Amino acid sequence: MESDYIAISYGQLALAALLILVNVALSAALQLGLGKSLLIAALRMVVQLLLIGFVLEWLFTQENALVVVAIALVMTAIAGVSAVNRTQRRFAGIYWHSLLSVLTASALVTGFAMVGIIRVQPWYDPQYLIPMLGMVLGNTLNGISLGLDRFLEGLIAQRDQVETLLALGATRWEAAHAQVRNAIRVGMIPTINSMMVMGLVSLPGMMTGQILAGANPIDAVRYQIVILFMIAAGAALGIFGVVLLAYRRLLSPDHQLRLDYLEKAKR
Amino acid sequence: MKSSQALLSVEGLGRQLGDRWLWRGVNFELFSGDCVGLVAPSGAGKTLLMRNLVLLDPLQQGEVRLEGKPLSAWSLPAYRSRVMYVPQRATPIGILVSSRVANAARSEFDGTVQDNLKQVFELGVHRQRQFDPDIIHTWLARLGRGPEFLSLQGARLSGGEAQILALLRSLQLDPQVLLLDEPTASLDAATTASVEALLHDWLQHPHRACLMTSHDAEQIHRFTHRQLDLRDFA
Repeated sequence: MESDYIAISYGQLALAALLILVNVALSAALQLGLGKSLLIAALRMVVQLLLIGFVLEWLFTQENALVVVAIALVMTAIAGVSAVNRTQRRFAGIYWHSLLSVLTASALVTGFAMVGIIRVQPWYDPQYLIPMLGMVLGNTLNGISLGLDRFLEGLIAQRDQVETLLALGATRWEAAHAQVRNAIRVGMIPTINSMMVMGLVSLPGMMTGQILAGANPIDAVRYQIVILFMIAAGAALGIFGVVLLAYRRLLSPDHQLRLDYLEKAKR
Repeated sequence: MKSSQALLSVEGLGRQLGDRWLWRGVNFELFSGDCVGLVAPSGAGKTLLMRNLVLLDPLQQGEVRLEGKPLSAWSLPAYRSRVMYVPQRATPIGILVSSRVANAARSEFDGTVQDNLKQVFELGVHRQRQFDPDIIHTWLARLGRGPEFLSLQGARLSGGEAQILALLRSLQLDPQVLLLDEPTASLDAATTASVEALLHDWLQHPHRACLMTSHDAEQIHRFTHRQLDLRDFA
């Protein structure tokens, strides 16, 4: 790719930082009390992004598959843990369930895209693998936390119905599959909604970035389409996995609803 | 099956909450035609005993046999279709059962009394049976309810109506042992008498038995043949 874009210097960054003064001024004028948080948030954003910039610069020069895969695994693990941390309830093994689901879903989808669709050489080229994995992970994480949350809250809210069905001779699947389906549906809704309005209401950040960096808009759009399909598949697989694993934990082989395994998350 | 064999036999059943035993060493047998009252003060674990008998809660101690066979010899759905627990809080099951009608456009609570009665036949364990509107109409008439009861919305039933629904929903599945948790707690005196009469007739068929709780000591003495007092096992 030619680099026919204007590189931004530190001086220009400092100029951009002046824009935060708009927020600070507004906060001061209206006594919103946000001044301190605004400055901390702005500082954190700058430091975190600059750091990740250096990390990526280093990472993209790596030619060792093991290093790239190790980084990918760390990203996956963080996504798996964060997905659980966004939900309200815990049971033994919930983190493993989330990790396993995120890992399987993102590995299958990203692997297929790298090797089958884009056919990157070598397959682990970090310039492609890391950003694409990141996009898939971010969305799978959202889907998993939504789906898991809905499944657990649904079981609690519908406990009487599930147990009534069990008492009438239902298998655990007959008693709880409505909750499983509902949770998977709720987890998928944001992905479907965002695909609906894509390009009309929202211009995806990745595509915008590629265009700014000088890529042909048609090429950028094609990448975006591939990414969106990856995201949709990754989220679906991840939600399906995590909800099914939670179902197997909370509905025992003896066809019992084991809500006693659940506890509130400690904050 | 020998005629002297118990339908349901319970040996050494124990239930612990924390490190306190609610009851332990519970032994009893239900024979064909038996109707046993389960008595104990509130909070003594009557409901928990019933939940344990159908394994809605795991057994902590003891053994349960149906027709002489241990629980491990039964598939639990099949066992629960024979030993049926009717909880005190009667819950309409809405359209949760049927995957064909359940969709995003309908709420989970949709479904009439008739839907509720019919849908249990979609469960695998009852699939060889068929919904019988005649017998439901007969039972409803005995309980002083007309056929219009069937078209009421399950989610809008009063406590008493829900209890009638729950009782008929279980009775129509022809269980061998009924575990009734306060079956008439929300019913008026007249309907209570009709329910007792209906259950009395139901018990006349061979290989049927029932265990019931009631806050009404009068009812226990009137309706049951003998009592099992959980205080004896505290």
